[in-house]
Amino acid sequence: MASFRQPALRLLASSSFRRASPTVFNTTRSLASIATDAPTPAKKEPLLKKFTIYRWSPDEPTKKPHMQEYTLDLNETGPMVLDALIRIKNELDPTLTFRRSCREGICGSCAMNIEGTNTLACLCRISRDTSQATRIYPLPHMYIVKDLVPDLTNFYKQYKSIKPYLQRKEPTEDGKEIRQSKEERKKLDGLYECILCACCSTSCPSYWWNQEEYLGPAVLMQAYRWLADSRDQMSGQRKDALENSMSLYRCHTIMNCARTCPKGLNPGLAIAKIKKMMVVGA
Amino acid sequence: MITTESVPASSADSILASQRLNRPVSPHLTIYQPQLTWYLSMTTRITGVGLSGIFYLYTIGYVFLSPFGVDMSIANISRKWGEMGTAVKMAVKAPIAAMFGFHFWNGVRHLVWDTGRELTVRGVYRTGYGVLGLTAASTLGLLVL
Repeated sequence: MASFRQPALRLLASSSFRRASPTVFNTTRSLASIATDAPTPAKKEPLLKKFTIYRWSPDEPTKKPHMQEYTLDLNETGPMVLDALIRIKNELDPTLTFRRSCREGICGSCAMNIEGTNTLACLCRISRDTSQATRIYPLPHMYIVKDLVPDLTNFYKQYKSIKPYLQRKEPTEDGKEIRQSKEERKKLDGLYECILCACCSTSCPSYWWNQEEYLGPAVLMQAYRWLADSRDQMSGQRKDALENSMSLYRCHTIMNCARTCPKGLNPGLAIAKIKKMMVVGA
Repeated sequence: MITTESVPASSADSILASQRLNRPVSPHLTIYQPQLTWYLSMTTRITGVGLSGIFYLYTIGYVFLSPFGVDMSIANISRKWGEMGTAVKMAVKAPIAAMFGFHFWNGVRHLVWDTGRELTVRGVYRTGYGVLGLTAASTLGLLVL
């Protein structure tokens, strides 16, 4: 129904437009003159916005990390913080270092701390309030490779440690694919969408203090993703691996993770479900 | 004239190791936005430490001060307490009542969470403000006792 309604509306709008202004097209100007007659848009007043960005370079390891300020005209810049960073790198300071790839919130490369919260620079709008500078830091409590680039080696190792793949003891009876009911599949919604940008893990104070042993919200949510999968047959081993004081139980339900997730997922809830599973044994 | 230095691929690991030694840790507590989520968590920890600190101070005092003739019995303390002015009583009671109230109500919130309920961003904020309201109410209640 909606698909029928929309073009109809558009047709209505365009026909009324033609009826209202036929003279403009027919008499006053030819096609060629349209461009020259069009009024040139007035040049906008520059909207100068300051960005203060965390800098540290491994080339000068003894120099302490510091904040560097850059000023951009927002009228010449794209809407997102990533646009600003790219523009700073292209036009003001090529030494500024950050990760970026997809620029549409699906790769998770540009995760950083903007205005105090972890988010993806490509999904975060630049505040138009020019009275205050936008503060950009790398993900909190991580070892810094350079500027806004944190060392995620440990994070990826932890992800690997939960065996993030389907584990089966035996093949299906008919040797075909492993089937799932719609209800079983539905349990994976809100879990599989995670892009592993590490925003949640690095927003978690527990992860800050116990990064070496506590798995952190992102990895634990993926642990739950495989525990919740009806096709996986290694739930017992997966749970055994979490049965210690550090891997799972350093989660104190602080919930910074759900608050900060740029994809709107809820790692805190997934962790609570693992804890319930561990008790009930289901 | 630019001179270049040849770096063999085999030295990648040693370069990485030396770089890792120097890497700074990015700022965390001081730059993270104050949010109800982690501020209430922090307050729970602090009030818990405070309350148990008071308890430990009293019991340790009871054990170690009694031999020196300091009467730490509840009977003596409540007698001394009765002699104090209202202003002093309130000044001592208010922080302890607030600490206890907050720790108690947030404990209840955690028990609700452990059942898997109210674990959405909305739920966290709703119960968070609820705990703050209940803390204020119970603190006032304890003060007028």
